[in-house]
Amino acid sequence: MRNLLRFLWKYSNFVLFILMEVFCLYLVFQNNSFQKAGWINSSNAFVGNVFTTANSIKEYFALKETNELLAAENARLRNQSLGSYAKYITTATVINDTVLKQQYTYIPAEVVNNSVNRRNNYLTLNRGYKQGITNDMAVITSNGIIGYTKDVSANYCTVLSILNKDAKISAKIKRFGELGSLIWEGGDYRFGLLQDIGTHVKITKGDTIVTSNFSDIFPSNITIGTVESFAPREGGEFYNIKVRYTGNLKNVTHVYIINNILREEKKNLEERSQHD
Amino acid sequence: MISVIFKHTIRFIFFIFLQVLVLNNIQFSGYVNPYLYVFIILMLPFATPVWMVMTISFGAGLLIDMFQDTMGMHAAASVMMGYSRSFILKLFSPRDGYDSSTEPTLHYLGASWYFSYSLLLVFIHHFTYFFLEAFSADELLFTLSRMGLSLVFTMILIFISQMMIYKPKDIRKS
Repeated sequence: MRNLLRFLWKYSNFVLFILMEVFCLYLVFQNNSFQKAGWINSSNAFVGNVFTTANSIKEYFALKETNELLAAENARLRNQSLGSYAKYITTATVINDTVLKQQYTYIPAEVVNNSVNRRNNYLTLNRGYKQGITNDMAVITSNGIIGYTKDVSANYCTVLSILNKDAKISAKIKRFGELGSLIWEGGDYRFGLLQDIGTHVKITKGDTIVTSNFSDIFPSNITIGTVESFAPREGGEFYNIKVRYTGNLKNVTHVYIINNILREEKKNLEERSQHD
Repeated sequence: MISVIFKHTIRFIFFIFLQVLVLNNIQFSGYVNPYLYVFIILMLPFATPVWMVMTISFGAGLLIDMFQDTMGMHAAASVMMGYSRSFILKLFSPRDGYDSSTEPTLHYLGASWYFSYSLLLVFIHHFTYFFLEAFSADELLFTLSRMGLSLVFTMILIFISQMMIYKPKDIRKS
């Protein structure tokens, strides 16, 4: 026994080495390692804390990529949300009346693209010929006019804004019924120019300008704007009237497209008369 | 004496963290992982008793195992290396023996001495480790090639660390 102890003491380093190696090899070759020695793998609290701290530092360096990833995911989720689907069914209520024949139907639409700062401005709406849109239909908001449809695709249409060189709207002063034509000279999107109102008309600032009865496109008496200022043109027979649009063309989001049911009939009749 | 223990404790903590937080994430060319933490064992003073070298090796290896989920492989390799260290030192011992108060450095006995000393020990460590890994991974040739590449990178890092920790000026003083 004493000899054994002396032997062990003499080779204590070797004995310790063997013990350590046996323990290590036991760890390596045990079968169900995660249950038997859970404290020695990375699931223990110390290692977990070190990795968590290191990760929280590492996250700062990856913020850009993380943001891009999240933005991409947001875009993907937005694509799936209800708001990104175009409604193919629109409600255009038709009322049958034996006394009054309905001439106009209103189709609600949303503005998907808009501009006010170019010389010729256009809008894009999320309605097309699948929803019954044709060209030359009036587009208005609840408090003013926007323009009329120009090109129509299956699910979209472009709108020639009243802020356009080609837009010439037949308008009248509501109080007197005097007719003029409204154009846009460019520049400030809030103001248009009403021409051809005679100087004999006693207009005042704040008079309401509405659409006339002669337009094929717009129903009559839809508010366009109010008189901001006026001055006689050279020659003195007509006024140049600066009109402040009541519809906010810059921030417009929801509009109505107006379908004139009787327009074709009127147009055909007029064409026939001109041919004769 | 206290300052020596303190110094080596700081180095121990530093190289463990360097290994698990930086080097384990680098992995040159996809699968070559240098194991610089063995430098802790190489740095221990000549006078360190063998049982202490083995205990420190065991602790370091076990810590690396915890972070890498290698279950005793690093511990087995480090203990093997720690135990071999006394024999390697004896094998390469100069005629008049070591100055027991110093540590094995590049400047103490020259670059070729340090190179053979560290290469042999790192080889023992890497061989044990990759041998154990090959048992479970079942890809012997691939494992051996990984061992060789890791060995090269570990050795390069050991020499860089040597030059950064021990400046020639300090050696002259001691």
